Amino acid sequence: MKRDYNQSTHFWGRIWILGAMAAMLAFPLVVSLHYGAWPQIPSLMKALLGIIPIFWTVAVIEVFTYSPMLGPGGTYLAFVTGNISNLKLPCALNAMENAKVKPGCEEADIISTISIATSSIVTTVIISVGVLMLVQIAPIINSPTLKPAFDNILPALFGGLAIAYIKSNWKIAAAPIIFMVVLFILIPSLARSVGILVPVGSLISILFARLLYKKGLL
Amino acid sequence: MIKFNANDGILYALVAMVLVVVVAQSLFFFINAWKRAKETNMDMDILKKVVITSTVFTILPAISILLGVISLSKFLGLPLPWLRLSVIGSLTYELTAATTAAATVAASVSKTVTDPSVYSRIAWAMTIGSIFPLILVPLFSEKIQKGVSKIKTKDSKWGEAFIAALFLGMISAFLGVVFATVSTGLSGWIPVFVLLASAAVMACCGLIIKATKAKWLENFALPLSMIGAMAFSIFITNLIG
Repeated sequence: MKRDYNQSTHFWGRIWILGAMAAMLAFPLVVSLHYGAWPQIPSLMKALLGIIPIFWTVAVIEVFTYSPMLGPGGTYLAFVTGNISNLKLPCALNAMENAKVKPGCEEADIISTISIATSSIVTTVIISVGVLMLVQIAPIINSPTLKPAFDNILPALFGGLAIAYIKSNWKIAAAPIIFMVVLFILIPSLARSVGILVPVGSLISILFARLLYKKGLL
Repeated sequence: MIKFNANDGILYALVAMVLVVVVAQSLFFFINAWKRAKETNMDMDILKKVVITSTVFTILPAISILLGVISLSKFLGLPLPWLRLSVIGSLTYELTAATTAAATVAASVSKTVTDPSVYSRIAWAMTIGSIFPLILVPLFSEKIQKGVSKIKTKDSKWGEAFIAALFLGMISAFLGVVFATVSTGLSGWIPVFVLLASAAVMACCGLIIKATKAKWLENFALPLSMIGAMAFSIFITNLIG
């Protein structure tokens, strides 16, 4: 039976994701085998207990929040290549916005996939070149002059992105933005858990949008 | 036992192998999507622009990720951070994972790991900690897509508002976090000023596009606003930081 594009994306996506998982697990496995250094289970469990509750919760949140925006092809790629909220998602959304398509249709999925694939390849190339030329590059990008620029990459990215989206959806945007700004001013320590607050923002946003929609204000 | 070195050649070979798999996956999806676009008679010029814009857009964040690799390399050598930040990872989580795993054996994150058992434990902890999305995505991606389609088919206007709300919720969290340091004084406002600078450059690009019909600028507006705001951050930090 011939699969259509969507079915094929899910079929191959699952196969590639399993391959990526095997490749990733190969690293600690070969390290343990090659150096004869297997971690002791109790101490590994102790380390995992400090990591898994947060990481796996964030993983659930990210999969359910970002997948509808990324589309199936983009989702299978972005979750393997990582750096989603700070790179892949803004990159894909920017591409969809420029192409004047909305997430959730096949055209948007194609654009999202091409955008994320391009971004992943470029990221891999830049990091690889950077690592191989570390001696030459490190003094430049680590220079005190450029430090503020890289320290502020997130506000530099989200400022422009926010304007592009808020201008066409300002009615929906107001409530979650006001809530989050006030929350972070009152409890600055939450900055470390921003990933966990993403669905809170989305929930407020969806509820507020629903309210406006029901009242015929959207 | 073989002598351990956090920058051993075999570790670089392993990273290279994983990266080949990841790049192959990206190419596979890229080609499939491109073919489908041709089949459905999509405007190929739009897709070419997507490639150019995505490339330009990626450069600065990728350099920032490279900085993360460099900062973690002081503790873990280059191969492991290179791998972890190229596949699944992001700096915030990887740094947390590495320091949490190191703390369980009282290893200092300011010195390069020399004990293979400590390194192995950190590598296992970082990998297992980050692998969960690779289990969730194959299980739920199709169901999530069907759910979204259902919402859109039932009521397309609400479907669009729903997706926009989902995204604005995410963006609101990342906008809010910029204000987390404002209570520390004037220098704590720097991220807010940078955010506003980025928004201002984006707004200016919008006005230029409208006034001059310079459509090409649409594809570069976001990278330009990012570069402009990053340059501004250097200026403002020197002024008040």
